[in-house]
Amino acid sequence: MMVMATDITPEKTTSVAQPAVQPAAPARPQGMSTQSVHAGELRQKAEGAISTPMFCASTFTFESTNALLRFVEGEDEREEYGRYGNPNERSVERKLAALEGAESAIVYSSGMAAIVGLLMSKLSAGDEIIFFDQCYHRSREFCAKHLARFGVITHQVKTGDFNAMEAAVNERTKMLVSESPTNPHLTCIDLEQFVAVGKSHGVETLIDATLATPFNLRPIDFGVDYVLHSATKYLGGHNDLLAGVICGSTEQLESVRNLRGILGSVNSPHNLYLLERGLKTFALRMERHNENGMRVAEFLESHPRVERVYYPGLKSHPSHQIAAAQMRGFGGLITFTVRDADWKETSRVVDSTQIARIAPSLGGVESLIEQPLVMSYYNCSPEDRKRFGISDNMIRLACGIENAEDLIADLDRALAQ
Amino acid sequence: MTQDNFSQNKSSFRTRAIHIGNEVDPATGAVVPPIHFATTFRQPGAGVWGEFDYSRSGNPTRSALQSTLASLEGGVGSLAFSTGMAAIHCVTMLLSPGDMILAGSDIYGGAYRLFHKICDRAGIGVTLVDFTDINAIAAAIRPETKLLWGETIGNPQMSILDLPKISQLAKDAGVLFGVDNTFGTPALLRPLEHGVDIVMHSATKYLGGHSDCLGGTLAVADRTLFDQLYFIQNATGAVLDPMSCFLLSRGIKTLDVRVRAQSETALQLAIWLQQHPRVSRVLYPGLEEHPGHSLAKQLMGEHFGGVLTFDFAGDKSQTATVCQSTKLFCLAVSLGAVESLIEQPATMSHASYAAADRIRFGITDGLIRLSVGLESFEDLRDDLQHAIDTVSF
Repeated sequence: MMVMATDITPEKTTSVAQPAVQPAAPARPQGMSTQSVHAGELRQKAEGAISTPMFCASTFTFESTNALLRFVEGEDEREEYGRYGNPNERSVERKLAALEGAESAIVYSSGMAAIVGLLMSKLSAGDEIIFFDQCYHRSREFCAKHLARFGVITHQVKTGDFNAMEAAVNERTKMLVSESPTNPHLTCIDLEQFVAVGKSHGVETLIDATLATPFNLRPIDFGVDYVLHSATKYLGGHNDLLAGVICGSTEQLESVRNLRGILGSVNSPHNLYLLERGLKTFALRMERHNENGMRVAEFLESHPRVERVYYPGLKSHPSHQIAAAQMRGFGGLITFTVRDADWKETSRVVDSTQIARIAPSLGGVESLIEQPLVMSYYNCSPEDRKRFGISDNMIRLACGIENAEDLIADLDRALAQ
Repeated sequence: MTQDNFSQNKSSFRTRAIHIGNEVDPATGAVVPPIHFATTFRQPGAGVWGEFDYSRSGNPTRSALQSTLASLEGGVGSLAFSTGMAAIHCVTMLLSPGDMILAGSDIYGGAYRLFHKICDRAGIGVTLVDFTDINAIAAAIRPETKLLWGETIGNPQMSILDLPKISQLAKDAGVLFGVDNTFGTPALLRPLEHGVDIVMHSATKYLGGHSDCLGGTLAVADRTLFDQLYFIQNATGAVLDPMSCFLLSRGIKTLDVRVRAQSETALQLAIWLQQHPRVSRVLYPGLEEHPGHSLAKQLMGEHFGGVLTFDFAGDKSQTATVCQSTKLFCLAVSLGAVESLIEQPATMSHASYAAADRIRFGITDGLIRLSVGLESFEDLRDDLQHAIDTVSF
C-alpha cells in the first residue's frame, strides 16, 4: 500500500548547504565575456575546484529516509535521478539563461529534441501552430508530419509577411514560430512586429536564434516567450558536441521541464561539461565570428565571380535595416552565389577551398562550407528548390575563428579555379 | 587536409592552431578527430610495426596535439607530458653525472626543487645566476655546464630574457639552451625562432586555458635532439593521457584569441593600477616603465601576456584582505585560464622562500599577482577597487 505524503513529515534538520551562485549582477550589467566565464556557476565548488566537476553519476544517494522526505516535500532542492537533473545540467542551464537574459533554460540532447520538448508540452489535439516558411525544415517537418498525427494543425506563411501570419491566426492558434536570421538566406525578422502579432491574439511566440546567438540578439528583451538554440553550433562552438536549449520564464517552462524528465531527452554529463567549457570563450569567439563574417562577406561582394551575397551585415541584404536595428553583430554564416556557374562549376569552388571543410553544421571554430543543392536539398525537386530559393550555384560558408586574411586568401584561390 | 598540402608558412598562427593536427578522420569524415583511449594497437604482422603500437610510445590523439604544437612553435617535433614538471624532468635526463645546469635565479620553485633535490642525487650540479645579466651568464658558464635553463618571462618581476643573445652565448659555448615559455605562450613568443634549443610549457596554463587539465610540452628545432628527448619520454613514461590531449587540443584552438584578449585587458589593468593611490609599483612588460619593455616589444610585438604583479601599499594582512575580498578574481595559484586569479606571492606561491630571499627577489608583503582571464576590463577593475575599499587603513 502506498503511504500518503500527508501521513509523514520530515524532521527539521539543517539542509544540505547550497553554496552561493555567482553574485547577482551589480548595478552596471557585467560584460558579456565576464558572464560567459562566470555566470550561473557556483562561486565555491566542491573541493574548491575552479571548474565544475563532471558528475557522471546516474543516481544520487540520500543519507537517510528523512533526507529523502525533505526532498520529496520540496524542502531541499537537490538531485535525485539523472533523467530529472544533474549538477552539470543545472550549472550550464544557469549560464545559458544568464547569457540569454532569461529566467530559465532547459538543455536537451539536441536542438531538435529541444523544439520537440517544447511543442509536445505546449500543444494538444486541435491546437494550431504557425511557422514562417524559412524555418528549419526539420522543425516544420516534425509539426506537419508528426504533430499532425496527434491532431495539431501546422500553417506555414511567407517569412516576414506579418499580414499573412495575422490572417492565419484563429482562436485555436497556440504558437507562432520563426527563425532570425533564417538559414540559408539570413532573413531577419522584425521582432517587435512578431511579438505584437502574438500579444494582440494572446498567442505565445518562439524564436530559433541559433544563427544569432545571445551575443548578437536577445529575443526575450523584445518580449518573445521562448528562445531556441541548437547549442551544437555557436554555444558549444567546437564542433564536438550535440545539444539544444530552450530559454524562457520559469513559470512558462515548468511543464516543459517536467515533460523532459518523462521523455528523457536529456544531455550527458560529458557534453554538458564541454558545453560549459565552450561557453567560457563564447563572447570572444563571437567577436571573431562576427568580424570574419563581415570581412569575408565584403570580400565576396566585391569579387567579380560572385553574383550575390546573403549576409545581414551588408547594406545590400533585404533585412539589413532590421538586422542593424536589433543585432549587435551578424555572425559567421554567409550564403553566396557564383556568377554564371552551373552546379558543377560551383562545386569546384567548394572543393578548392583548403581551410573550410565540406560538412553540414556551423558555429564551430573550424570553417565549414557546403553547396545546399548537394547537401540539404539533394532530394528536393527543381521546382521545390526554386520555391525555397535554393539555386544550383549557391554556396553556404560558415566562417570559423581562423584569421579573416586566411579565409579570404583561400576563397580568392578557390574562386579562381 | 594534411600537413603536406596545407602550407604552414602561408597560414597565420590562429588558422594553424585550428587546423594543423586536426585533420579530418579518414574513416568517418569526423571534423574533430576521435579520442583514442586504446592502450594498444593491432600490428600488421609479427615483427612488422604500424605507426602506433603501444600508447606510451605513441597515441593518435597525442600525436595530433604534438603536430599542432610543433607547427605553432616552429619546431621539428613536440612531446606532450603529464605535467610541466615531467617535461622539465625529461630535459634534465639529457644530462649525466658531473654535468652542470646553469639556471636563472628567479626560476619556478618546482624547477628549483627538481634541480636541487632530485638532479643532485644523479650527480648533476646547479648554479643560479641573474639571467637578465648577459655578462653574469657568460662568466658562470664552465666546461661542465651542459644546459642553460631560464624562463622567458620571469615570475614575479616579469623580467624578460634576451633570447637571441643568450642563444648565441649557448651556441658559442656548445651548451643547450632551454626555456620555460609558459607566461609567453607560442601565440606571442616563439623561442625556437630566436635560437633557443628547447621550449617548454606548463600546458596546464594558457595552452589548455580552462583550468581543467594538467599537461607539459617540449618542442625543439633539431631532429637529433628531438629523437633523444623522445627516447627518454618513451623510456620513462610520463606521457599525457588521451582525454587531456583532447582538452588541450580543444583549448589551443582558441589560444590566440584568448591570449590577445587577456593581454589587452592586462595592459588596461596595469595602466589603471599605475595611477591608483594605493599602488606603489606595477610590474608588467607592456608598460614603458618596465625594464624589459623594449626587449619584450622586440620579441612579442604588441601583446605581453595576461600576468602582472603590483605592490599594494599595505602590510601583509591588509594585502591578504585585498586578495580575499575580490568577487571575480579567484584566490588561487596557477594562471593562464579564462577565469581571473589573484594571489599573494609572500603567503602563497613563494611562501617557501626564506624571508631574506623574498626581499632579495622583490617579493614584498604587499606584492599581489594577477592572472587576467577573459572577463571585461571594467568588471575586473571594479572588482579590484571594491576589494581595495574593504581594507581599513
